Amino acid sequence: MSYLYKDGAFQSDKWLTIDGDQPVPEGEDVIVSLTLFEEHQHALLTRNSGRLGVHLEAAEQLDAIVPHLDKFDVVSLDFPTFADGRAFSKARWLRDQHGYAGEVRAVGDVRIDQVSHMKRCGIDALLVTHQQTIDSLTDIKDPGLQLYYQPSAIDGETKAGGRAWARRA
Amino acid sequence: MYRYDEFDREFVTSRVAQFRDQVERRVSGELSEDNFKPIRLQNGVYLQLHAYMLRVAIPYGTLNSRQMRMLAHIARTYDRDYGHFTTRQNIQFNWPKLTDIPDILEDLASVEMHAIQTSGNCIRNVTADHFAGASSDEIADPRPYAEILRQWSSNHPEFAFLPRKFKIAVIGAPHDRAAMQFHDIGLEMRRNAAGNLGVAVYIGGGLGRTPMVGKLVNDFVAEEDLLSYVEAILRVYNMNGRRDNKYKARIKILVHETGLDELKQSIDAEFERIRDGVLKLPDADVRSIEAYFAAPKFELLSDRSSLLEAAKADDKSFTRWVDRNVSAHKQSGYGIVTVALKSTGEAPGDASASQMDVLARLGEQYSFDELRISHEQNVILPHVRLDDLKAVYDDLVANGMAAPNAGLITDIIACPGLDYCALATARSIPVAQEIGERFADLDRQNEIGDLKLKISGCINACGHHHVGHIGILGVDRRGEELYQVTLGGSGDEHAAIGEIVGRGFSKDEISGAVETIVDTYLAKRLADDESFLDAYRRIGAAPFKEALYGPVAA
Ligand code: SF4
Repeated sequence: MSYLYKDGAFQSDKWLTIDGDQPVPEGEDVIVSLTLFEEHQHALLTRNSGRLGVHLEAAEQLDAIVPHLDKFDVVSLDFPTFADGRAFSKARWLRDQHGYAGEVRAVGDVRIDQVSHMKRCGIDALLVTHQQTIDSLTDIKDPGLQLYYQPSAIDGETKAGGRAWARRA
Repeated sequence: MYRYDEFDREFVTSRVAQFRDQVERRVSGELSEDNFKPIRLQNGVYLQLHAYMLRVAIPYGTLNSRQMRMLAHIARTYDRDYGHFTTRQNIQFNWPKLTDIPDILEDLASVEMHAIQTSGNCIRNVTADHFAGASSDEIADPRPYAEILRQWSSNHPEFAFLPRKFKIAVIGAPHDRAAMQFHDIGLEMRRNAAGNLGVAVYIGGGLGRTPMVGKLVNDFVAEEDLLSYVEAILRVYNMNGRRDNKYKARIKILVHETGLDELKQSIDAEFERIRDGVLKLPDADVRSIEAYFAAPKFELLSDRSSLLEAAKADDKSFTRWVDRNVSAHKQSGYGIVTVALKSTGEAPGDASASQMDVLARLGEQYSFDELRISHEQNVILPHVRLDDLKAVYDDLVANGMAAPNAGLITDIIACPGLDYCALATARSIPVAQEIGERFADLDRQNEIGDLKLKISGCINACGHHHVGHIGILGVDRRGEELYQVTLGGSGDEHAAIGEIVGRGFSKDEISGAVETIVDTYLAKRLADDESFLDAYRRIGAAPFKEALYGPVAA
């Protein structure tokens, strides 16, 4: 079971993830796979009700969704393993290059030790399965540092350390 | 040299606290080894054959005496009284207890050192020319850029989980002493036609299983764009580098498979997008980092030292040491001293705690409190008055560190190999020792002249064998150690990868094979000053093959 963490708290996830060839119910908020989106683009973009999100596997590129970013309320990025860092750059691109303002969520092997990095790359929602991570987030025990040597994709960090590239949370 | 300010200090101490917590969670079982692994790696902690190993960064190889003494203290207190200087300007401690490591890191933090990102698939310790700020051929000191890159890459949120490790080297002189073209990114400082500083950028160099010489991707990136350009390369790599096979995950494979032109297009596009953004370096900020590396207060001295001349006149060993181990300094009346950690019978790069203390004292007394670690695993006293050379030499002799062999055949680079390394397929230290003994005669070494011999205990090539004039790679063939020889490699500005000469040699044969190679060179060279590498480039591999394996059937 996984839980949605956003805006500093766990909350119920209103989004329905459509696996494989399931029907897409009218009126529901759904996150579809990139394949499903590409196959049924027109139908999905012209649905009458219900919001739309898209999920990218780690190996899938942003290119296909970039022209439609304004149609997505959620972009969900897969972290298949702790060591696979591709989605960090994708989140960064969504925010910096494309000015994407919707939700960017991390899905998969989401662990407390990466949460700070995720946030700083512009990820603002986590779908967490890992129990210790759930505990740490509940206790607000984020082991991330508060001082940074590089600007990030998020607001709210201030310049620090007397040089252009340093920041404080 | 660079000094931490409040910000840096707080960063490093909170990082130590963070790791202490993580170690506690590992010890309590909350973190499994699997989940702890990427965390410990980013803090320089490896699990080796016998124990944990801690790798401490010596950023761009520069340290002061206080820091050197702390390394001695750590060796004494938490290890078996010695440390091992690596080919990447790091020092490794081979026997710390995991539960001691947070304390070690705290000790290090107290002297402005750390072990951050000395391992793991992230941007590693940034290296630089070990003669930076001292050598006579320098355009500019590369360390300010290296320091800026060190800061920017520290705990970078986007690049902490790259496809594979990522190494950056910076040089500031046309002569490459840092094997810059064998790094994922190599930066060579240059001035453009207008006289402004910037860097030429090479990407995709590396050793290991698939050695490649770095390719020039941009011949001038302006100083203000340094971070933007490097970030653009990293982003393209992070998204596109292969993750399906760890042996194909380095950026060199991406360059090779994608093609330099196409990759350059992606890098340039990303660079254009971000170059006017937050990473643009303000001139004032670069200058203030640069100020930390201002030259020490040199005395105005003549470039001839009568004290030195007199000492040389009546001490042949001293003369020999000066000729090999002292290099030209940009300031007249000064020299750069290389202390070779390669005395006969010793493991290359190993230094005992008491040797470190001696080096610290010499740095303090004779070199403006500065020391360097070279990628050739030697220690450098960068700013020594020519008048003081004899005193320094005598001190080194008294402490067994006066090997007059810098750049000679016994100044061997060797990785830890099977004696310490979990990945090794063969021993390398005993081979280095054997060759060291075979060529111990100094007259003979000097007759042979410049010759870089490098040994790796497995295909990962930590001993840089591909760029040895003579390279030795230990492999395992059906349970037996076998040594493969390459010739003609070079890690300097005329970068080249050595070619395999033929079938490998057993442990009993290998030092004899090296001798045969050397004898062949001596017989074939045109004059005393035609170096091994020059001769090899002129005559090719054939005469060496014939000497080693007998005449080839036509
Ligand atoms: S070359 Fe191989 S044996 Fe030597 S240190 Fe590297 S990994 Fe270990």
